Amino acid sequence: MSQKHLDTVAHAAETPDAEQPWAELGLKQDEYERIRAILGRRPTGAELAMYSVMWSEHCSYKSSKVHLKQFGEKAPASDAMLVGIGENAGVVDVGQGYAVTFKVESHNHPSYIEPYQGAATGIGGIVRDILAMGARPVAVMDPLRFGAADHPDTRRVLPGVVAGIGGYGNCLGLPNIGGEVVFDPCYQGNPLVNALCVGVMKHEDIHLAKASGPGNKVVLYGARTGGDGIGGVSVLASETFTDQGPTKRPAVQVGDPFQEKLLIECTLEVFAEKLVVGIQDLGGAGLSCATSELASAGSGGMRVDLDRVPLRDATLSPEEILMSESQERMCAVVEPDKVDRFLEICEKWDVIATVIGEVTDGDRLEIFWHGEQVVDVPPRTVAHEGPTYQRPYARPEWQDELQADAPTADRLKRPASGDELKATLLALAAHPNQADKSWITSQYDRYVLGNTVLAQPEDSGMIRIDEETNLGVAVATDGNGRYAKLDPYTGAQLALVEAYRNVAATGARPLAVTDCLNFGSPEDPAVMWQFAEACRGLADACQVLGTPVTGGNVSLYNQTGETAIHPTPVVGVLGVIDDVERRTPMAFAEEGQLVYLLGDTGDEFGGSAWAQVAHDHLGGLPPKVDLERERLLAEILIAASRDGMVDAAHDLSDGGLAQALVESCLKGGRGARIVVPQGTDPFVLLFSESAGRAIVAVPRSEELRFTDMCGARGLPATRIGVVDGDTIEVQGQFSVSLDELRTAHEATFPALLG
Amino acid sequence: MTVRVGVVTFPGSLDDRDAQRAVRLAGAEPVALWHRDKDLHQVDAVVLPGGFSYGDYLRCGAISRFSPVMDTLIEQARAGMPVLGICNGFQVLCESHLLPGALTRNDSLHFVCRDQRLRVENAATAWTSDYEQGQEITVPLKNGEGRFVADEHTLDALEAEGRVVARYLDVNPNGSYRDIAGITNAAGNVVGLMPHPEHAVEPLTGPGTEGLGFFTSILKKLVNA
Repeated sequence: MSQKHLDTVAHAAETPDAEQPWAELGLKQDEYERIRAILGRRPTGAELAMYSVMWSEHCSYKSSKVHLKQFGEKAPASDAMLVGIGENAGVVDVGQGYAVTFKVESHNHPSYIEPYQGAATGIGGIVRDILAMGARPVAVMDPLRFGAADHPDTRRVLPGVVAGIGGYGNCLGLPNIGGEVVFDPCYQGNPLVNALCVGVMKHEDIHLAKASGPGNKVVLYGARTGGDGIGGVSVLASETFTDQGPTKRPAVQVGDPFQEKLLIECTLEVFAEKLVVGIQDLGGAGLSCATSELASAGSGGMRVDLDRVPLRDATLSPEEILMSESQERMCAVVEPDKVDRFLEICEKWDVIATVIGEVTDGDRLEIFWHGEQVVDVPPRTVAHEGPTYQRPYARPEWQDELQADAPTADRLKRPASGDELKATLLALAAHPNQADKSWITSQYDRYVLGNTVLAQPEDSGMIRIDEETNLGVAVATDGNGRYAKLDPYTGAQLALVEAYRNVAATGARPLAVTDCLNFGSPEDPAVMWQFAEACRGLADACQVLGTPVTGGNVSLYNQTGETAIHPTPVVGVLGVIDDVERRTPMAFAEEGQLVYLLGDTGDEFGGSAWAQVAHDHLGGLPPKVDLERERLLAEILIAASRDGMVDAAHDLSDGGLAQALVESCLKGGRGARIVVPQGTDPFVLLFSESAGRAIVAVPRSEELRFTDMCGARGLPATRIGVVDGDTIEVQGQFSVSLDELRTAHEATFPALLG
Repeated sequence: MTVRVGVVTFPGSLDDRDAQRAVRLAGAEPVALWHRDKDLHQVDAVVLPGGFSYGDYLRCGAISRFSPVMDTLIEQARAGMPVLGICNGFQVLCESHLLPGALTRNDSLHFVCRDQRLRVENAATAWTSDYEQGQEITVPLKNGEGRFVADEHTLDALEAEGRVVARYLDVNPNGSYRDIAGITNAAGNVVGLMPHPEHAVEPLTGPGTEGLGFFTSILKKLVNA
């Protein structure tokens, strides 16, 4: 890629017919033509590099933005929203002058190629996004999806991903408070490694990515720029993997968490002294992205002297410097009289900082290399006015057949006897998707910063943000690709309502949403239909629940050859809790407390864990969504938590009531005696995955108050048993000791992974 | 009197604010110390906190040991100032030769974060006098390189002189020789501990409050001095 002769703007104008590697850089013919039309000449090598990365699917959202618009158009009016979609991350008001920013992103493709570094730099990238908003990052979470648990390649990918997340996150000093681990053969050649970060700041500390004020200096600080990650967004994240072809490992970035930790502390210190006009992190598309986005969002132009960029490899060409995705770098716009102090703080933290350019009063982004101009572009055309595609989409013809293949009693054999029900409960609890994940989560530091109130396996992670007032936030992420495959509209809503319910179960009030939309190739109309349906479903549900989408990420081309992953919208919900002392944990800890099942249970097994574990079956329709019911259930859970009416709460999702009981009992070390209500099929009661449900443990002294509240509000609350002993006993059916359950639940991961 | 306990921040220190909080909850005044500053600002004792100073590059604690603040600290520690090194701080103390032995990669080869049971083996040091001899406590443990190793002669001497401060119970989480979780110097003023007592000072955010004793011990010692 390096060129012997510098391809200057003047040279480009003189040599209109020079061959250019636009196709190798991932651009399509019409996109290349469009660049030529914008510039009125052929682009220089450096310009071509910038456009190619910024117009990649990953950076430009060119296939997805026509659908993502709905999140803005249907956004519910929310007083809490301070900064919406489009910035590095959305910002939400949580009261007492605090603002919280959070976002989930994908690092799927790099993590398959190079699991450790791919996952590590996924954490690094999302943390810098949060930092760039002006916030101190306070927690991370990782929704993960892998191929079959017993597949040999999963043994390569999973330990590497987990070690990478731990190695990077632990070294940054950010508690890892939750996430998901899901196995399904559909992710075999394309695991999903999503990363979420939460940050906290005061309202007045919010920073935006824009370069304004002619004469202001552009400062690049952090790591030196190397040759790693070149083409990460265009080559890796925006194409489908095939079995053939050269290894793409050089396109994966390499992380240095120590450098990032210094970057965090240094950045927070320059924020505290109000030295920054605008700021942008360097992640995907590196300097191309940072300079063009800052200039595009600002009022004027920008001039950059690229030869001033500190390099790890002195032989890098201007194109490579612009495309490099070397990690741990930030770009700030600083008023001239504050530059000295800015550089002083960087020096304190041993962070390299260099003035590489300045904001101009023009309207062009101009980049020079040893005095010669190599870029002269209107920044908006690079950053914000890239191509938009209205990709064709169509409901796949197999969808009807899939939905018709319902797991009804006459088609899939159901456990009938007590022994069969017990075996089913044990099989579900031991299946990798439901089994204890300590093998993974014990490799993450959940204590650092000293504010972790709840962490995995609790329903949501909870962080105290003010030690005086006990104000806190809770975050949960959920997603179910099996549901979404059966019906992407409902599947996306189910991901949302589960995360919403999880936040409410711990006593926090859901406020806002972030999403990571993991799908196959947008060039496949069936995938595009799944994407369009999922966006529509999510936007509709957010509107009803009053929780706006504040930002997120789209990851397309998640497929191997022609085979796409299950459509997997992962949804993160953020909630606020006024007093973290009032939080509700999931553990059944007190003998004699009453177990209530909230919500209605129907015969709903489409996409269920039972259908998967018992029959390897995926068909039918996913559970129905009732948004008003979800909202009511959340209100009850929050009120019960605030007023001390429940001591434990746990949402019902994969594996239904049975799995929820297993988890709450094992966590608290207490058993439960369960009575199947008259006229109820015990199998349906135990294993159905009907949405809008939770179990709670109610102290006897609070029973009347609690049932009165549910009755008055119209929420079905069924007393199904009592916390008692050291077995889970379903009366008249079976009894299983906690020891046996614990063994089944906890042995799976060590057996698989050593 | 107000007892002032310094907490050193090295580049890459992570649990420095947590250690300050623990000092505060114990009733003392935490004082932030910066690794480049040789001045200890008249503190009465010092905590070297956990984290990944200098990214654990070269060897854990090997670079921090040469920070300017350490020159003064080593001198003061030898003169009797109480010093507690937690996790990475323990590693720095070993690299500084204020404590014997070394901390190497966990035998599992994985980072491990768990609520760890410990037995306090020496309740006579500056940092453990608020515990009973033999008291069992639970505090979080989180390390990738926490395996305490030393030659047989040193291990025998540590045990013979009662310089093992705490031992792992139930599970040895990292393969430490003789289940050693923490040790002290001969004078009992310098203590290194792999688990994190500063994460067990509030019921809300830790497994309990059984770590607070390390910080109240030093307070009592200094107030009564």
